[in-house]
Amino acid sequence: MTTYIIRRILWLVPVLLMVTVVVFGAMKMVPGGPFSTQGRPMSPEIRANFEARFHLDEPVWKQYFRYMVGDFVDTGRLRDFGRHGLLGFDFGPSYKYRGRTINNVLFDGGLVKAAVSVSAQLGAMATIIAVGIGIPLGLISALKQNTWMDYVAMFFAMMGVSVPNFVVGLMFMLTMLWLSQNNLPALPLARWGTDSFGDWLSHMILPAMTLGTGGSARIARLTRASMLEVIRQDYIRTARAKGLAERTVILVHALKNSLIPVATVLGPLIAAWLTGSFIIETIFSVPGIGRFFVTSIADRDYTLIMGVFLVYAVVLAVMNILVDISYAFLDPRIRFD
Amino acid sequence: MSVSAEVLAQKTVGGIDLTRPPESLWRDAWRRLLRNRAAVAGGIFIIIVSVAAVFADDAIVAWALGREARPLMAPYGYKEVDFQNTRSSPSLQRTAEGRFPHLMGTDKYGRDVFTRIIYGGRISLAIGIVCSLVITIFGLAYGSFSGYLGGRVDTLMMRFVDIVYAFPQILFIILVMVILGSTAGFVAVRNMVVAIGLLSWMGTARLVRGQFLSIKEQEYVLAARMVGARDMAIIARHMLPNSLGPIVVSITLNIPVLIMFEATLSFIGLGVPPPFPSWGQMLNEGWRAMRADPHLTFFPALMLSLTMLAFNFLGDGLRDALDPQMRGTT
Repeated sequence: MTTYIIRRILWLVPVLLMVTVVVFGAMKMVPGGPFSTQGRPMSPEIRANFEARFHLDEPVWKQYFRYMVGDFVDTGRLRDFGRHGLLGFDFGPSYKYRGRTINNVLFDGGLVKAAVSVSAQLGAMATIIAVGIGIPLGLISALKQNTWMDYVAMFFAMMGVSVPNFVVGLMFMLTMLWLSQNNLPALPLARWGTDSFGDWLSHMILPAMTLGTGGSARIARLTRASMLEVIRQDYIRTARAKGLAERTVILVHALKNSLIPVATVLGPLIAAWLTGSFIIETIFSVPGIGRFFVTSIADRDYTLIMGVFLVYAVVLAVMNILVDISYAFLDPRIRFD
Repeated sequence: MSVSAEVLAQKTVGGIDLTRPPESLWRDAWRRLLRNRAAVAGGIFIIIVSVAAVFADDAIVAWALGREARPLMAPYGYKEVDFQNTRSSPSLQRTAEGRFPHLMGTDKYGRDVFTRIIYGGRISLAIGIVCSLVITIFGLAYGSFSGYLGGRVDTLMMRFVDIVYAFPQILFIILVMVILGSTAGFVAVRNMVVAIGLLSWMGTARLVRGQFLSIKEQEYVLAARMVGARDMAIIARHMLPNSLGPIVVSITLNIPVLIMFEATLSFIGLGVPPPFPSWGQMLNEGWRAMRADPHLTFFPALMLSLTMLAFNFLGDGLRDALDPQMRGTT
């Protein structure tokens, strides 16, 4: 098991390197640059100066190595390896937010206010909602198969799968608008609260529910399907035959096993939630990193593009490893050698 | 077996027809599909939306004759402006000029929302269906190759799939879309198919590979190889037809996901450029004025959701029909 985890973590290195190469190459193919698309006209000499300052006049491969290993490209000294480069955890200067580095843009503000952290809080809440609604719903549906409970649950699950999440968000907003227009208590529609726990929670609920409902529907459908398959297996009959309480049979023997397909889907879903969603964060004005998905590319803010992609790719990779590890806990027959 | 002979002579037992003529798997599945009301309703809805979208105007004839397209089924043109009635609410009454009622109201330029919904269906359905087919063809080629060859090639090809899975999908789609650009008309649709397809084929590839790995060991494949059939013939004649069921289901269930990608891109402003409408883009134009003109948000959202629902119902129905063992489990 330990060797398996170590091997998976080592496999991360080439994968993430691949991501940096492909994204770096791709974003350099986007026409225009950070100093030619920002509306304000700039004389060619000034732009050339700017580009020289940020080494944008160098060939792309050299820019890539500079981004990765930093000063080492110029000095060739081993102790400069990684200084001002990605390998030294320095994401470089931002082209759009002058005077700030990408580390500032993404990580400043600590656990409460940093852009990365805001998205992660929202994603964690969405995960709790999705799992908290989805798994019980799927479980009840499977146990009461072909009863009205099953039909009602699966009807809502079908709706949840079919309605895009930004439509859900807009519907929530319409409801809140209607409530506040009629002087009824309504949740705040925009921005983010950090003043108190209540403030934080009230701003969080709507976007988190928007993200979580679609996920809960998918999880409910998956849980139901795999639960129906598992409860027909022989080992469930064995568990019943040896006189275990029905509760134990369902929750320990059946449910745990049937969560494997759920875990598979949940990995990438949680990664997507934790790293924010452009549309949700735009609609609800949440200061997370999701809003950089489009703006960084539109601004040709190369370092920010790389930063956002890398944060996402790392979270995605870690989630996928966690999913694979969770298989071993969910199904003792699965072993890693 | 004297009993069975007797029973067979009766042809029916307790009202159940025992002597149904033999049917092919596909006919049988078709019959089961028709019995699924949700799937049939979904299918009919898709047909209505498709027919309306295709025959909204006579674009094909007009293109062949080199003239402007004239509306056929759509009551107005998609960029036709009605200055007298800007931002009007949905109504069933004819306009003051005696023209077709603005069933779903008009937007701030006085364009008929109903017409734009019909035209928007073109983009959603085109992306959904074409992209799903492209993904399937590529995934089929990749997965069948990998699964059939097996061994080291298979490991290597699946490692590549793992790497592609490590790419943040939606981010990469946005990036590719910005690189390709979204110029008017057909080019934007093609670019969206490329951008979305580039990072969406892996699921199908894995599915096909799994199918092939299990089918490869079946006796009929062994038999085909024994009589000297070539690899391509075995794949095309024996293995593909036998793994077609799950593939058909995945084509159908991919479509709503792809429609949502398109709507997301258009909502961000990276889809088909205005004035040509798509549902996501109409939502983008509408949602900021949601308080004053809710109909501009409501109808595109409704159509988008209903269309995705229809494809999901149809896909679920197809799965139940093609794989009776799984019936009722999803």
